[in-house]
Amino acid sequence: MKRSPKDTEASTRLVTRRAAVLGGVQLCLAGVLGWRMRQMQVEQADQFRLLAEENRINIRLIAPARGLIFDRNGTPLAENAQNYRVVIVREDAGDVEAAIARLRQLIYIDDDEVERALKEISRRSPFVPVTITEQRSWDDVAIVAVNAPALPGITPDVGLSRHYPLGQDFAHVIGYVGPVSDYDLGRIEDDDPLLQIPKFQIGKTGVEQKYEHDLRGSAGARRIEVNAAGRVMRELDRDDGVPGSDLQLTVDSGLQNFCEARLALGLSASAVVMDIETGDLTAVGNAPSFDPNKFVRGISVADYRDLTGNKYRPLANKAVQGAYPPGSTFKMLVTLAALDAGELNATETIYCGGFTKLGDRRFHCWKRGGHGRVNLEQSLQQSCDVFYYELAQRVGIERIAECARAFGIGERFDLPMSAVTAGVMPDMDWKRDRYGESWKVGDSLNAAIGQGFVLSSPLQLAVMSARIASGRAVMPRLVKSVDGVEIPLESAAPLPFRPEHLALIRKGMYSVSNTARGTAFRSRIEPPALKLAGKTGTSQVRSVVVDNSEVPWEQRDHALFVAYAPYDTPRYAVSVVIEHGGGGSSAAAPVARDIMLYALHGGLPPLDAYPAADRRGVEEMFARLDLRETTRAGGERSRA
Amino acid sequence: MSYLEYNVKRVPSGPGKVLYLNWPLLLLLSAVAAVGFLMLYSVAGGSLEPWAEPQMKRFALGVVAMFAVAMVPLWLWRNLAGVAYLGSVLLLLAVEFFGTTGMGAQRWIDLGFMRLQPSELMKIALVMMLAAYYDWLDIRKTSHPLWVVLPLILIAVPVYLTLRQPDLGTALLLVMGGGIVMFVAGVSWWYFGAVIAGGIGLVAAVFSSRGTSWQLLKDYQYRRIDTFLDPASDPLGAGYHITQSKIALGSGGWTGRGFMQGTQSRLNFLPEKHTDFIFTTLAEEFGFIGAFSLLALYVGIVAFCIVSATRNRDRFGALVTLGIGATFFLFFAVNMAMVMGLAPVVGVPLPLVSYGGSAMLVLMVGFGLVQSAHIHRPRDR
Repeated sequence: MKRSPKDTEASTRLVTRRAAVLGGVQLCLAGVLGWRMRQMQVEQADQFRLLAEENRINIRLIAPARGLIFDRNGTPLAENAQNYRVVIVREDAGDVEAAIARLRQLIYIDDDEVERALKEISRRSPFVPVTITEQRSWDDVAIVAVNAPALPGITPDVGLSRHYPLGQDFAHVIGYVGPVSDYDLGRIEDDDPLLQIPKFQIGKTGVEQKYEHDLRGSAGARRIEVNAAGRVMRELDRDDGVPGSDLQLTVDSGLQNFCEARLALGLSASAVVMDIETGDLTAVGNAPSFDPNKFVRGISVADYRDLTGNKYRPLANKAVQGAYPPGSTFKMLVTLAALDAGELNATETIYCGGFTKLGDRRFHCWKRGGHGRVNLEQSLQQSCDVFYYELAQRVGIERIAECARAFGIGERFDLPMSAVTAGVMPDMDWKRDRYGESWKVGDSLNAAIGQGFVLSSPLQLAVMSARIASGRAVMPRLVKSVDGVEIPLESAAPLPFRPEHLALIRKGMYSVSNTARGTAFRSRIEPPALKLAGKTGTSQVRSVVVDNSEVPWEQRDHALFVAYAPYDTPRYAVSVVIEHGGGGSSAAAPVARDIMLYALHGGLPPLDAYPAADRRGVEEMFARLDLRETTRAGGERSRA
Repeated sequence: MSYLEYNVKRVPSGPGKVLYLNWPLLLLLSAVAAVGFLMLYSVAGGSLEPWAEPQMKRFALGVVAMFAVAMVPLWLWRNLAGVAYLGSVLLLLAVEFFGTTGMGAQRWIDLGFMRLQPSELMKIALVMMLAAYYDWLDIRKTSHPLWVVLPLILIAVPVYLTLRQPDLGTALLLVMGGGIVMFVAGVSWWYFGAVIAGGIGLVAAVFSSRGTSWQLLKDYQYRRIDTFLDPASDPLGAGYHITQSKIALGSGGWTGRGFMQGTQSRLNFLPEKHTDFIFTTLAEEFGFIGAFSLLALYVGIVAFCIVSATRNRDRFGALVTLGIGATFFLFFAVNMAMVMGLAPVVGVPLPLVSYGGSAMLVLMVGFGLVQSAHIHRPRDR
């Protein structure tokens, strides 16, 4: 179209003006963009840099190796075994179900495991390895490895898992570890990030639980670079963490094995062996026991129900948790209290007519016909109850309790085992607090023969024996060294009792085991250098005296025996409690003697340590014991 | 002024025209394209495949197209403006019926060797159409309501068709590009004042209609707006892109993390890192210096257009040059504002840098027009 020069000029002027406005606006906008760049890239750069680092860097924890646990001779009791696993990576496997089906043609995997694995796989990213099955044998792993070309995405893998090589021997002492649970997280005040690792193993009971802090070690960490999908691109750096401290216990695995096996010949029993000099617990036996390895793997519901439903309570550490009336094993302490109070002397005799009358009530001696006149030594030797009824009335419960506490009755020893009991050493205040009733003389009479309110654990009875034998306040201990550092032994303070009084008690215990009228004479030790001093106990579960063979197991008497040996140079104190086992002399004393002999010999004792008449029976009994080979060989371990 | 009025002999002709080409503009365009090749090489993890090499070929093709367009006398383009506009409208209609669905929107026609986005073509065609219209129109009638309605219809038709695809980003660019041509052509300020006031009213209407039966936008469009206003509200959902984009940009700092060292792009935290979000990779790897330099190049190109236009007494040539420059400006400004969190995510590529065939080709054709206007500008003496 034709346009006049005037219009052209006007057009050009207008366009130029508008273009200038447009250019100005555009320049302003470009300025805003530049300002924004400066703001983000210069002023806020550090903040965005940090966000970028957070984006790309993930920290993965590395679980440290758990500390090992050894016995006093260095035999491993808890170790970290290779846990062979088979893992699958979804993106490499393609059809996961088909891949697992092929795997199952090669090795057996039960349906539960497969179901769990499939659920896990569906939840995780395709590149995350998921465990199909674990705790496999080397053979299974080898089969998977050899068939790798046919199993894309499936690889064998190895990790560490707790293993207890001695199985059930130390189930109660060491306890077991298990995967950390929500319950654990709620219960323990612990912000250790390791606990957030799925299936991280922590101590659940026993030493494993009590020494969790030392055994666990501290977490290592791996800084890894991940992409937006979470795939690991590379490892930036790593810190392996600090492995847990190793523990050495005072127990002797051979003796423990013998102890467990010997107790297992009965139904439900426990025993404690203590070194009199150091207080080292060399064996803490319980029967029946269980395999702690089952708990590590995750025990099946059926197995767990078997354990909890068993009336012999295999899960209980009866040696420290069980509180039993000490019965006649308590009599040494009553005697000592009487001597200390000046209410008794060594030669004084008391007449036993079979019972003591207190008001309208008769307190019977176990021997219906009575013992006649008995002195201190005879009262222990024959375990005359009437003698103690008399002492109880002379001395009173307060002084008996004071004496008993000096020997550990009623004291909760600080040992790294679960639910260590304090037992009960009653006195007047205790009864008032507990029952709101005043103490009666009859209560003292019952307490004097270790019945009634008195309750003690096998551990306390062993401590009592050790203190009687040494005259010192020996403290029991279970841990010898932590991380290679020996825990120093504190020398035990002498007990506040006169040595000649203690000697009288010891003499009485000697008579129990080494004189023909002694209640444990049949369970004596022959060699003079190893002579045993002991005391039987039979504690009633019911108030009426009954014939044990005629009542159900639960109503039978507990059989107890406490001892130390050798009499002249005491080395070990032993206590044995056979639950509902009947008489202390028939049921508990032989067990205690066998354990004592094993401890003294450092191995299976020679038959000539036994009375000639018993040897055949003992030999047969040894043959029946379910011992490990090393224990049977015995003796070769250093006794240093 | 029309070509009939000035001495045609003063306008270069024949192969000698090449000498009159504005070489600095070509240099600026090549520099921007080179930045694109570098970034495409980087985001591919240090490889020419799959993006850098095809992009180079397309740029070469684009340069050839630019030359071809530049050599053609501008009056021919003016006479073809109507054809280009009608053709683009028909192609948009064709997309409506035969388009291939990609990324949830119907935007492409598959030509076999490349996918054509008619909406890209329309950006140039609309500018040409409006420039031709105002060249034809008596300048005294420019602000007459009747002659204002006509260009509004010319804009509304393609905008409606692109909104149908739906492609909000391109529709907005068309509205703004068309509006700018009308502005520089001299349409009265009052109209623009009214449009801005109307725009504010529309925004108010859009927000107040949300959730009612007469809701004006689709739900996903509202969500994009929400995300823009507060990316942190949905950091792993729709806000993820913008949050990660800002992290990449900001973490570049002054000098960047170094070529191919950007963790955000290398580790795939960035979305669409080879297309709409490629600027974040540049900013992350070359920092403020790199990002600002690219902005300076872009501003230089737009400035050239403005200067060239003000010196061009040919009305069509000046309007086309300004329109193309403004469209180019809108491309990079909206893209940069988007990745820096100043504008909602609307899917506008970074011109000449983002991977994409038709956008680059169309832009180069547009600059061919700018060159043609430059070469064939009236010379009095």
